[in-house]
Amino acid sequence: MLIAGKACLILVLATSLYGIAASLYGARTGRREWVASGRRAVYAVAATTALAFVILEAAFLRSDFGFTLVTTHSSTTTPAFYRATAVWSSQEGSLLLWLLLLSLWSSLILFLTRRRLREIAPYATAVLLGFAVFFAAVLVFLETPFQQASPAPAEGMGLNPLLRHPSMMIHPPMLYSGYTLFAVPFAFAVGALITRRLNADWIRGTRPFTLAAWFFLGVGIVLGARWSYSELGWGGYWAWDPVENASLMPWLTGTAFLHSVMIQERRGMLKIWNVSLVLATGVLAILGTFLVRSGILDSIHAFGASTLGVPFLALIVTMIVGSIVLVASRASDLRSDHKLDSLLSRESVFLLNNLVLVAMCFVIFWGTFFPLISEAITGEEASVGPPWFDQYTVPLALMLVLLSGIGPVIAWRRATASNLRRNLLKPALAGLVVLAVLAALGAASEPAALLMFGLGAFVLAAVSQELWRGVRARRAMSGDAAPRALVQLVRRNRRRYGGYLVHAGVSVLFIGIAASSSFQDEKEVLLKPGQTATVGAYEVTYVKPTADLKAAPNGRLEKIDFGARLRVTRDGEKVADMTTVKSYFPSLAPFLGPISRFFEGEATSEVGLQAGWRRDIWTAIAPDIGSLRPRIEEGDKVFSGANLSPEQRDAFLGQALTGLTRSYANDPPPATFRLIVSPMVTWIWIGALIAFLGGLIALWPPPRGARSRVTAGYAAKVGREVRIPA
Amino acid sequence: MDPSRKRKVRFVVALSVAVLLAGALVYTSFSASSEARTPSQLMTSSEKGKVYKLTGKVEPGYTRKGTTTYFRVRDRAGKGSVPVSYDGTLPDPFREGREVIVSVRRQGEGFVGEKGSLITKCPSKFTAEQNKT
Repeated sequence: MLIAGKACLILVLATSLYGIAASLYGARTGRREWVASGRRAVYAVAATTALAFVILEAAFLRSDFGFTLVTTHSSTTTPAFYRATAVWSSQEGSLLLWLLLLSLWSSLILFLTRRRLREIAPYATAVLLGFAVFFAAVLVFLETPFQQASPAPAEGMGLNPLLRHPSMMIHPPMLYSGYTLFAVPFAFAVGALITRRLNADWIRGTRPFTLAAWFFLGVGIVLGARWSYSELGWGGYWAWDPVENASLMPWLTGTAFLHSVMIQERRGMLKIWNVSLVLATGVLAILGTFLVRSGILDSIHAFGASTLGVPFLALIVTMIVGSIVLVASRASDLRSDHKLDSLLSRESVFLLNNLVLVAMCFVIFWGTFFPLISEAITGEEASVGPPWFDQYTVPLALMLVLLSGIGPVIAWRRATASNLRRNLLKPALAGLVVLAVLAALGAASEPAALLMFGLGAFVLAAVSQELWRGVRARRAMSGDAAPRALVQLVRRNRRRYGGYLVHAGVSVLFIGIAASSSFQDEKEVLLKPGQTATVGAYEVTYVKPTADLKAAPNGRLEKIDFGARLRVTRDGEKVADMTTVKSYFPSLAPFLGPISRFFEGEATSEVGLQAGWRRDIWTAIAPDIGSLRPRIEEGDKVFSGANLSPEQRDAFLGQALTGLTRSYANDPPPATFRLIVSPMVTWIWIGALIAFLGGLIALWPPPRGARSRVTAGYAAKVGREVRIPA
Repeated sequence: MDPSRKRKVRFVVALSVAVLLAGALVYTSFSASSEARTPSQLMTSSEKGKVYKLTGKVEPGYTRKGTTTYFRVRDRAGKGSVPVSYDGTLPDPFREGREVIVSVRRQGEGFVGEKGSLITKCPSKFTAEQNKT
């Protein structure tokens, strides 16, 4: 099976190389059968990669420890769901997943455009297969997933307990789907530039993929933030960590691209922006993939530690240089059809939107790569922390929210005072009222948060106004009841109303972020059972300790939980009972004693979380198992010395561990608790859900017969731009 | 002013604003940053009151008193080590022999870690996430 897997990957590499050659030959000579053959090569690559992936999955599911990858990332005590998803918890498996997703989306776009975009498609095929060649080559020559473990051990090392959470398992496929889907518009942009077919056809043809990429990457980012908040022991959802930033950057430029193309479609402007944004998004997606697994940003000295550093850097440099050369040489074909008429216009707002998003991306890029930049300039490696990032991203985020309220309703070309008044007066008033009320209630102590609340209210009011007007107009036309009118309205204008919903969701999300970061109460305390701590308006009492042995599905010991039951009250009234534990997983390291190995493996926090509309109460515990150490060491000595059969050993170990947990429960030492009260965190997740719902609505194909009207001007332009091949 | 002159002016203004903002960004990043140091580097020279980003491995044998942990950080490949005191909960993967990154300030002979700045690197080669407190 290992050999079959390796053979599949070699076949993928060879087929991809063939596909590039066939597509390019067919494009240069105009021979369609070669182009078709290149397209079929993509389908073959997808099928073969899928086969390799299935082979690897099967090995994980049946716990075949003849595969090194299975040994190092899974075990017989790992539940089936995590065995299946452990495939991509490894470097090699995740690269294979990336390749699989790339080949699947490539097959899909080429199938859907097999009779359209005939001049561009062969070059796009070559670019997509170029990525496939790179990843296949890495998988064949540098990081093979099909390494043999010989002799095959009887038990694997198990999945890192930190990853044993559904979010963490869905997070990589979501992110990779986002990255690989962005490769599609990237490839078609390159093809459009090469063939100088720079009207909006390539944009329209790949739009579903761009939207889907935005959707999946966004979901992946939010899942990561949610996992960090509810699973890790620090209680935050965003740390400006290089790994987080790496996924956010392409999402920002992708968002800019999705907006900016509307201007090109409607008025033939911002063409250079659009190709630059999509090319930058592709580069940042590969950079994001590379950053997570290269280790270059922990310390510059670790650059050589990963074998992937140099090849990825070569790919990125090639993409950057190629993009710049292409755009520069096609600058004359990218001239705008029209000029900007007024600063108060939709075109202008969208241009400003581009600038703000790119500025945000630049800030994050600079801060993320600062250790490398500072070392290059000053010789000293230095880094900036979250306060620096916040200093710049907060004002930019405020501007973004403001623009998202104005953009959808401001007139094209030149907005008049009456147009502005009609569309923006009521929402602006709503925002100001909210601002004033909240300031009166005490929020003025955090001006940035207050401003975000006001702007968020402005956007929500603007969206509501548009929905209301649309429903009213529909009802006047069709006489439908309001709910039906709303549904029909959205069905027939999915892009517009989906977009409005996204803006609404993003506003809610930013309101949640502003509230939870500016008005948070946090405390770290040492508590004995019975003691109480005050956090914000709440009292948290350590009621009693918990200590349990937890078994895996196959009956063996999975982990030992030490924790606490807590009671939360406010003004004497009970608010919630919560439990929080720290789970200790056994280590398989051979040099550890038989009892102490249960306390020297990985430990994960099971956070106690009481979520609510107005606030979240978050708790984590760091129990002090130091007091158990003398007994653990004694136990080690006893067991190492004793001569026992395996069954006796297991039985006595069970007894010894049960004794330890009981002694902790009966006489617990004081434990350290981290307690956080965060207002409106739930709004972040709800805002994200609303935004993604809006994205889905925008993605969904319109019902037949409800196509958008084509203006006469646009039809004339199409007539001008269609070129008859020589 | 005719439209094309207006556009040129707008472009120049926009470009100047961008350059100024970028300049502010670059300047503040250098002044707000903390330098990376290994334990040996900290042992040879460290300014009092300045924040450094210390990277290294946790030496065996650390102690806890209340909510504060006292541990030593050793060079990744070397002998130098410095004592660090850190107030607050430790990240879940924190262990002897693991690599950590912590922002520290010198206090007397030892170093005090800034709250919330301790990051322990996951042991696997392919790290899904670094873990902060």
